[in-house]
This record gives sequence, C-alpha cells and structure tokens, in this order.
Amino acid sequence: MNGAARRRVRGLMRKEVVQIMRDPSALAIAFLLPAILLWLFGYGVTLDARRVPLGIVVEQPGALAASFVAGFDRSRYFAPHRYQSGQAAERAMAAGKVSGIVWLRVDFGRQARTARGAPVGIVIDGVDANTARLVEGYVRQVWALWVVATAARQGTGDPIPLDIRPLVRFNPSVNSRHYLIPGLIALIMTLTGALLTALVIAREWERGTMEALMVTPVTLRDILIAKLVPYFALGMGGMFGSVAIAVLLFGVPLRGSIVVLTFCAALFMLATLGMGLVISTVARNQFVAGQIALITTFLPAFILSGFVFDLHSTPGFVQAISHVVAARYFIAILQSVFLAGDVWSVILPNAAYLALLAAIFLALARALARKRLD
Amino acid sequence: MARIIALVIKELQAILRDRRGRVVLFAAPLIQLMVFGYAATFDLNRVPVAIYDQDGSAASRQLVARFLGAPAFALADTLHSDHRIDALIDSRAVQMVLVIGRHFTRDLLRGRAAPVQVIVDGRNSNTALIIEGYANTILTGFDDAWRAARGGRGPPAHVVIRARYNPALRSQWFVVPGIVALLTQVVTLVVIGLSVAREREAGTFDQLLVTPLTELDILIGKSVPGLLIGMVEASVIVLAAVFWFHVPLRGSIGALYAGLLLFVTAVTGVGLAISAVSATQQQALLGAFLFMVPSVILSGFATPIANMPLWVERITLVNPLRYMLVIVRATFLEGAGFATLAGQLWPMAAIGAVNLGLAAWLFRKRTT
Amino acid sequence: MMAGDDAPALRLDRVCRRFGGGGRVVDAVEEVSAAVAHGGITGLIGADGAGKTTLMRLIAGLLRPDRGGIEVLGIDVRRDPLAVQGEIGYMPQRFGLYEELTVRENLDLYADLHGVAAAAREARYATLMAMTGLAPFTARRAGRLSGGMKQKLGLACTLVQPKRLLLLDEPTVGVDPVSRRELWEIIDRLTAREGVTVLFSTAYLDEAARCRDVLLLHEGRLLAQGPPERFTAPMAGRIFRAAAREGGRRRLQAVLAATPGVIDTVIEGRFVRVVSEAASWQTPPGIDLVAAAPRFEDGFVDALLRARGTARTGAPAAPALPAPASGAAKTVIAVERLTRRFGDFIAVDAISFEVRRGEIFGLLGANGAGKSTTFRMLCGLLPASGGRLDVAGYDLRRAAAAARGRIGYMAQKFSLYGDLTVGQNLAFFASAYGLRGGRRAARIGWAMAEFGLGAMRDAAARDLALGYRQRLALAAALMHAPDILFLDEPTSGVDPLARREFWRRIGALAEAGVTVLVTTHFMEEAEYCDRLVIMAQGRILAEGTPDAIRAGAADASRPDPTMEDAFIAVIGKATGAENGAETGAEFGAETGGKAA
Repeated sequence: MNGAARRRVRGLMRKEVVQIMRDPSALAIAFLLPAILLWLFGYGVTLDARRVPLGIVVEQPGALAASFVAGFDRSRYFAPHRYQSGQAAERAMAAGKVSGIVWLRVDFGRQARTARGAPVGIVIDGVDANTARLVEGYVRQVWALWVVATAARQGTGDPIPLDIRPLVRFNPSVNSRHYLIPGLIALIMTLTGALLTALVIAREWERGTMEALMVTPVTLRDILIAKLVPYFALGMGGMFGSVAIAVLLFGVPLRGSIVVLTFCAALFMLATLGMGLVISTVARNQFVAGQIALITTFLPAFILSGFVFDLHSTPGFVQAISHVVAARYFIAILQSVFLAGDVWSVILPNAAYLALLAAIFLALARALARKRLD
Repeated sequence: MARIIALVIKELQAILRDRRGRVVLFAAPLIQLMVFGYAATFDLNRVPVAIYDQDGSAASRQLVARFLGAPAFALADTLHSDHRIDALIDSRAVQMVLVIGRHFTRDLLRGRAAPVQVIVDGRNSNTALIIEGYANTILTGFDDAWRAARGGRGPPAHVVIRARYNPALRSQWFVVPGIVALLTQVVTLVVIGLSVAREREAGTFDQLLVTPLTELDILIGKSVPGLLIGMVEASVIVLAAVFWFHVPLRGSIGALYAGLLLFVTAVTGVGLAISAVSATQQQALLGAFLFMVPSVILSGFATPIANMPLWVERITLVNPLRYMLVIVRATFLEGAGFATLAGQLWPMAAIGAVNLGLAAWLFRKRTT
Repeated sequence: MMAGDDAPALRLDRVCRRFGGGGRVVDAVEEVSAAVAHGGITGLIGADGAGKTTLMRLIAGLLRPDRGGIEVLGIDVRRDPLAVQGEIGYMPQRFGLYEELTVRENLDLYADLHGVAAAAREARYATLMAMTGLAPFTARRAGRLSGGMKQKLGLACTLVQPKRLLLLDEPTVGVDPVSRRELWEIIDRLTAREGVTVLFSTAYLDEAARCRDVLLLHEGRLLAQGPPERFTAPMAGRIFRAAAREGGRRRLQAVLAATPGVIDTVIEGRFVRVVSEAASWQTPPGIDLVAAAPRFEDGFVDALLRARGTARTGAPAAPALPAPASGAAKTVIAVERLTRRFGDFIAVDAISFEVRRGEIFGLLGANGAGKSTTFRMLCGLLPASGGRLDVAGYDLRRAAAAARGRIGYMAQKFSLYGDLTVGQNLAFFASAYGLRGGRRAARIGWAMAEFGLGAMRDAAARDLALGYRQRLALAAALMHAPDILFLDEPTSGVDPLARREFWRRIGALAEAGVTVLVTTHFMEEAEYCDRLVIMAQGRILAEGTPDAIRAGAADASRPDPTMEDAFIAVIGKATGAENGAETGAEFGAETGGKAA
C-alpha cells in the first residue's frame, strides 16, 4: 500500500469511527443488543428438565412403595403430585398439568417379592420428545438408586451385575446453560455482525455518499478495508462483552486461553462481516439488505449451527447446507474453549474452515463490488 | 363495508403483484419448512462411539454387541489402551467411550458388581444426557438378561416406560408442528409489519388518511389481508406436515383453526402496532425482528418454558407464539379439542385485542 | 500544452444506454453525440427522466455505455475510468455528505481521498470557505446545514483538489432562490478564475440563460445543442404579453390558445404570455398586446413541439365536472393564527389567510419554509399546535369521514400504489371515496377518457412515465368530484408541455368553482395562482395576487421583476441585516426531515 492509498484508507477509517461515535444506533447494535439478548436468553434458554411435574399414583400404600416414591420426592428433577387413581393422573396429563405418571399398582408389594419383581408403569408425555427422553433418563436414575439402596438395606436379593460409572467430561453437572451460552454468543454475534455491515454499506448507497466516493481516486479495496476494520473492532468489543457476561454472570467456566478465543473470534467476525458486506453490496438499499440479513442469519444460525440441534443426526443435505453457516464452526470452537480448553484437534480444523469462509466472503464482496453503478 | 372490501382487494393486489413479495410469502416458507423440518431434530442416531474392552471375554463381547446393535450408536474406533480416550473425546471424533474393566467376567461370575465406565462428551449437555440414557437402557437390559440366564433374583421392581402421544419419541413430530406456528408468525409479521411503513414511504398513507376512510376502516382493511394470507400459509404448512412429514393430526381441526385464527389476529395486532410506530420500512423491519427473535427463543419452540426461571416465564405470557405452540402440538399429537385448549385460546384473543387497540390508537394519532 | 487540450473537454459519440429488467426496457440515453469545449459552463437541460443523470454517470465512468464512445479530457472513459475519475470532479444529485461529520471533517475526508498534501490544505480550505461563505460553520455537522449550504459544502468537497472538468448534477434542485443565486455566483467565479470547464445539469429552464452552451435533452435524446441565444433568437418578435380589456385571464388564455398562429400560451399574473408561429398574426379583438423578450423556455417548447410534430400546446376541454353543490359560503378555507411546533422548533408561526371559492391559492416558499406543514394541517394530516383552521366548515382532523369526501388530495411525487395497475388504482380510489355501482363505473370511465389513460389501463403505475403518473394522480384525486383540491408540489420535474396541460386542467376546475390550494417552490408556478402567500421561517412574508407581489418588489434598477426577484426581495426585507447563509440555516431543520 503506497502513501496515497494509506492516507485514503486512514481518512475513510477516521470518518467511519466518527460516524459510529456520533450515531448511537451502531453502538447499540454492537453492545447493547448482544448484552440484552444474552442476558435474557441466558436465563430463558435451558434444556435441562428440572422440577418436572410428575403424577404419582400409589394404589396400595406400603413400606416398599413409600421408599420407592420417596426417591422421586428427593430428586431435584421432579416435582411430584399425588393422585388417588390412575384415571385422575391421566386426566391431569391430558390437561398438561403433569409430564409423566408413576403408577404403583395394588399388587406392587406382593409382586416385589417374586423373582421377577414388580413392574412399575411409567407414562411419559412424548410430545416434546427431547424432554421426554431426559425425563426417562431421570426416572431410570431414581429407580437405579432405589434398587441399590434397597439391596443394601435389606441385604437380600442378588447384587446388580453391572456397576455403571458414568463420567461426563467437561460439564459434569450436565448443565445445559454451560453449553447453550457459548452457542448463544455465536448466534448473537452472527446477527449483530451481519446486521452492522449489511446496513452500513447499503446506507452509503442510499444517502448517495457512495456515488460521491466512487468518483474519487479511492479504490474498492480502500473502501472495503475502511469498512471492515472499525466494525471488526466494534464486533470484537461486543464479543468480549458477551464473553464477560457468560463468565461473570452465568458462571460458564472458561478453560481455554483467551488468546485462542480471541483469534478464533477474529476469524469468525471476519467471516460474518464478510457475509454482511456481500449482502450489502448485493442489496444496495438498507431495506432489502436488512431483509436478506434477517433471513440468512437468525434462523439458519439457530437451527443449522448445532446450537441446540445436533448436526450429526440430520440428513446429508442438511449437513451440506450447514457448511456455509459460519456459526457452526465457531460454536464448536466456543464449546471446546469454554468447557474443555484449548483442544487443538477441534480448534484447528474449525478455525481453518472459518478462515476459508472469511476468505470466500471477503473475496466475494470484493468481486461483487463494482466501482460502477450498473 | 364496500370501502373496506376495496381496501382489502387493493392490499392483496399490492402484495401479490410484487414478485419479491410472492417469493417471501410462498417459496421461502416452504423451503424453510423442508430444511428445518429435517434439521431441527433432537433425535440421535449413529452417535460415534469408541470401545475399550480390556476383558475381551464372551460376556464383554455380548455387552459390546448390544451397543453396536442399537441404531443410536455406531462404532468409530476400537481402543487397546486408555491413552487415546481423552484425545478422541476432545477432538469430537467420538461422543462416547465405553470402557469395560479387565476383570469384567470374573467380577460378574463372582457376583460382584462389574465396573463399566461410560465416558460422555459433556460439551453438548443435552446430547450427553440422551447418550447416557441410551447407554443406561442397554446396560440395564444386559443386567436383566444376565440375571435371567443365571436364574437369579431380579430387583424388587423394574420400570416399564411408555411414551404417550409420541411413542417412538420422534422429535420431528414435536418440531414440525412448531414450525407451522413459527413460519405463520414470520410471514404474517413480514406482510403486516411493513405494510403501513411502505405506504408511509411511498406517500400513499397520507392519501388514504384524507379519503373518507376512518381509522377503523384502515385498520380492518390492513388486518384482513394479513389474516387471509396467514391462514392460507398456515394451511399449506399443515398439509405439508401431515402429508409430507406424516405427523399425525389427531385432534379437532376446528380447534386448530380457531387457534390459528386467534394467533394470526394477535400477530397481526403486533405487526400493525410495529408498523404504526415506524416511520420507515427499515425501522419496521428492525422492529419486527426485535419482536421475532425473543418471541421464538422464549416460546418453547426448542427449549421448554417450564425450565425457565419464573421471571422469564412471566415474560413469555405475553408471547402469542407460546400459546400457539401448545395448541398445534396438542391438536396434532394429543388429539386435543376446544375443552382442553380454552386456556390457550383466550390469552391470544386478549393479546390480539390489546395490540389491535394499540395500533388503532397509534393510527388515530395520525402524526407522520 | 498537453496534447489532450487540442481535443474538446468532452466528446460523446453516439452514446446509448438502456436499463432493463422485468420485461421493461427503457432507453435512458439514446444516440447522444456532442462535444463540449474547454472553459465555461455547459448546461445539460431537460425534465426529470430526460436522461441527464444517466449521461452524467456515463461521463464519470460510473456506468458503462451499451454503445458509443465517451472521451473525457482526451481519455477514453470505457478504457480507463479510474484515470478519468482522477481528473474530474463530480457532484452527484444528492451529494454524499456524511451528515454526522462536521464541515471540516467532510473536507478532510475528501482531501484524504483525493490525496491533497497536508501542507496545501489550509490555503485551499481558506479559498473554498471564502468562496462558499461557509467559513463560520466549519465546526457544524453537515446534517445541521440548510439545503443550500449542503450543496455549497458538496461543491467545496468536490473542489478540494483543483479539477479541470466539473460535473454538477442538478446542484440547484430543492434549493431556495437566494442560495441558488449564490451557487451560480460561485460557479461563475470558478470558471472565470480557475478556468474550469463545468457541465451543469438542471431542470430549471431559466438557468439555461446563464450557460455558455446548452445541451437540450428530452426523453433520452439530444434535442438540440448550442448557446442559449440560439434557442431564444428565433423566438424574437414572436413573444407577446396579452391582456384582456374585460374577462378573466383564463378566458383570455382559452381564446388565445384557439387563435390560429398561436403555438403556446402561459398565464403570467393577469397577463397571458403568447408565443406565435410568426411575427405577425391575427389578434382577436379586445386584447392588448405588448411585445416581450423571449426566454429559453419558449425556445424549448418550440423545439419540443417540432420534435413531436405537434402544432401547438393543446388546450384540453374543461373537465366535465358537475358544478359543486356547496356554493353558499364564499370563504372556503379560513386560517387564523395557525401554529405548529415540533419540540422547540416553530415550523409554522401564527399565520392567517383566507381562500375563497373557485380560487387557486398558492403557498410559495423554499424547502423548510413551513408551507408543507401548513398544507398538512389543512388536510387534517397533522394536528395544529394552536390557532384555528376551517376547511369548508370543518377542521378536517376532527371532522367526520364524510367531510373528507369533499376534498381531493394529490401528494408530492404523485403517490400512487406502484404495484397496482392504472385501472386498479382508479378502482381503489373510487371505492375509497365511497363511489359504487353505476356512478363508480362512470367516474372510472370518465377518468380513463379525460386523462387519456385508457391505453395503459393494465400497466403498473410505477412503470408510467412521470407525466402520466401525474395525470393518474390527479385523476385519482378528482374521482369523487371534490369541492376543494389540495395539490402538493404538483408539477415538480415534469416537462413544460405536461406542466402547461396540468395547469389548464386546474384552471378549468377553478372556473367550475373548485377551490384549489397548491404548494410550490417553482417561482414560475406562482403566476398561475389567483392569490398566493410567500412563506419563510414559518411566517407569511407577503400575500396578494402575483402582480401585486411582483409590483411590490419593483424598483428603479428592476422595473419589471420576475417572481424570483420578488421572492428574494421579500426574503431580504424580512431578514434585514442577516446574511443569506444564515437565513438558509434556519430552513434546514425541516429539509432534513423531508429527505429522511
């Protein structure tokens, strides 16, 4: 870059910074919006099933039945409600008052003494398949604890053949907030990053400033660099704010290094801003740019990024589409850096993908931008 | 009346003559339904697992076979020492490692509990819990089989779990009805939210206000097209859900449509209120967006409302999508009718009434 | 001497450029060939849609021609647009000032972009600031400047680096007459002092006289080229000012328009300006004629008529409107101490006036003078902060819907539903005004026939040419035969023939008893009004007939002032010692809002 070009870029950048400082909406999109969304969603979004309302029907009270039911009372996952009959519990479930029913029949005590043991009928509301599966797991846990405790107390019955020792790495308390919040950061930064740049270039077209710039000796590279650098800084500021909220407010552990996080966040920001630049060079007016940015960022980053829905299990065409969603790679990195540490085998390939996406989007923006109006 | 009909006809003509409008209305939702209908799934299949069988006996191979026979798991790696376990999980090459101890058979035969370790990647806690659940089911099955084969006495009770309404626990059955509500909201909001702002920008809104049309006429004339388009859109997506995704529609179609009608009315009210306060289409778009993002995330579409803290749950009470999601899922899967859904219908009616009233008041202010 | 200096500053050789998309192709510029010599101001003159901006952009290398060659300062634009852009200054129609930046910061930015050395800046800035009179405002944000000052700053930014060729695309549009004069003075000085060649596009025909050379564009074609005298000279001796000994000016115009040998008639206060085919013609009896000096517009109309093969600017039959029923009250619109505040800003400051039935009443003023705010309050679109207003016995803001059925409204920019066809637009407005059944069909039929819209019934409104859009907008406003017609900037941008046609219709409506209230910033249009007020800074500075207002500004140096002279005199008197730039600054507040 020669002296004239440097001066041009510096001039444009200074202009951009002054505009940002004097126009509160850009600062609001960069800092306030992520903070509010992260704060609200951080509390609002959790997949853990806690205090699941559970209907309990004990047709014939007894010591054994009481000890079985007590397990559900003790569990932090359940909020048990007693019902006199199975029918009453079923009605409560149909009305959505309970998500599951534990039903100890009249002959529970007698059957428990047989070799086969007593069957405990458990009905789970399967509409929300995910929650249903989690509830199923919790129920089995309560049951397994009860079996072990009963065996120990009575000193009777054969021991349980397997001693299952589950070990959940990185997130031992399986707190879904710890995995959702890094995803939320990526989701929110996709939105703000694309929105910021999608609107700023389109705004220059609309106000006619672009036309005035174009007849100066300025090159497109100058304009793109001058746009990219300040908004990149702004986006990174928003990113650090979000990370701070995640760690300080929500107590998500940050096990990896800040350096790695910053580096990957920078790649992600470049890819996202690059996409915003592509959108705004294509759209040329704020309204269309905004529309495209909304359609192409929020729902795809929400659904196709592995944020809540696991990508492994989706059909091939969906996985293929997900490759252009930058959030997908960044979420993988964030989840590792937050919960696992600097796992190079995750970080390097995903960072490479992010770099590739950033390069593609920036090159595309450069190729699509014309120093002409047609 | 004739004036309102003219307004409705004009509005529909304006929406449908615009090519971009037609794409936004019809093509985009169907594409999204297809992609998201397949993408938005919590089901796990072919989860990559690694197995470290230190015992290598007949019994341990039996246990391994149970894992590999389950559709949920797929063997990604077989280990012969423990030093690669961490690396495999860290790099996400596998999501679970099953470690069978060296004295597995000996412990089993001696009647001592044989240790089996299940190591799960907890970065995605939801997946981790589901994997753990799957593994537990398989291990319990092995327990029962082992005991039965030895004629041993089982535990005093065992659980028999049935899932009501969605016995195979397919999340598509849960998600696709949700998308019906989601996309209906997006389309209605886009059509309605921008309509007044577009007229303001073009200057035609002034033109309308100086005609003998009253604010109420304009309000109705603007709402009805949104209602019509929203209902048509919803019907198309319902048909796709039933005939393409084969989600059973068990409940009362009347109740479903009553819900949709109230829902679209409520969203129309929100859209008109946004539209009335926005001076430009851009502001309207941002407004629609700022309503849409929280309304989707705090609706129970992907994450259950019951899990949210009380204060967040209270916020969701003003979110029409929250009620509509319950209604679509209840009518599709639970076979619900009017009686069980009354508690969902009236809040939407109330939200709609408040928002339409607000929009009417904002129109009356007439300032541009 | 550079080799390029032998060549003209600009050479266009059969330049064509069309825009297409959606099955509709428009020839924006068609087969334009011209050469512009070095030095002086060349005017690029034509109505909106004539192709002025497209041609400017082609020259600046922002668009590529489909065919033809463009050579700027000896450089082929097609081959090396960057080299051209380094040599020329270009000020687009809406010059891209960064509104959040101050005057100084805007200058710095463009100095950086043009690579002006730091050492050279202060001297250059001083020259530019002195030239534009912006020196006291260097710390003010561009967004807070008035329309005129923004244009001057835009010009200064274009000039941070001295250029040999300057392209100015409609720099005077929407600028008040005072600032317009100042801009011209700046440009005149520039060409004289720095020897710059200027290409200046405008839709104001009176600006042609200030140019050395004129390129006349119409519908993408170059109609004629030459010094302005070439357009006015053939008209010498053919221009007259007629006055009737009895009867109104509109009757006089109708009589003259039908007289053989007359090709154009325009109302000018109580006179009618007549353009004849030849120096002598058979004047109808009872009319006093005085010879008048030809203007550029006369030559333009003459050229247009010849290009179209039409003999004269036609006089349409009076619209078949039933005479409005409510004729009892003579005063139709009454305004007393009407005030409107926006926060601290007083947009309209206790104004009072009355409009009588069948009168054409004008609100004249620059952008931001408060005329649009007044207009919107009268239509009931904006509540008044104080004062009383009465339109046909109602305050339209509080009136029942039925009262609004008596007014017709034509918004700025001819607001129509662009996606709807002509037929759908008319059908909608007919229904919106409560017409139904046979009457509705009859009125739609009337509009189609009267305004010549039948052939384009199924065309989308946004695809219509500007003149037709204007007709459709008027047709929609007249659907229900209103008693009162509100027109907001009704002829901005349309060509002179369409403007004549429009005003004849309005004249006929007024004759039929319709009261017309019109806002305009075109000074010439004031001549069509029966009475008018001149507004500035929310106050009425002058009120009366066009003749009275012009007469009020007459003095020894200017015995027969134009409406623009009168306007400047009125403003000057009101602001007294304040300088013109400051006056402009106060205009700014509303201008910004309108642009948003």
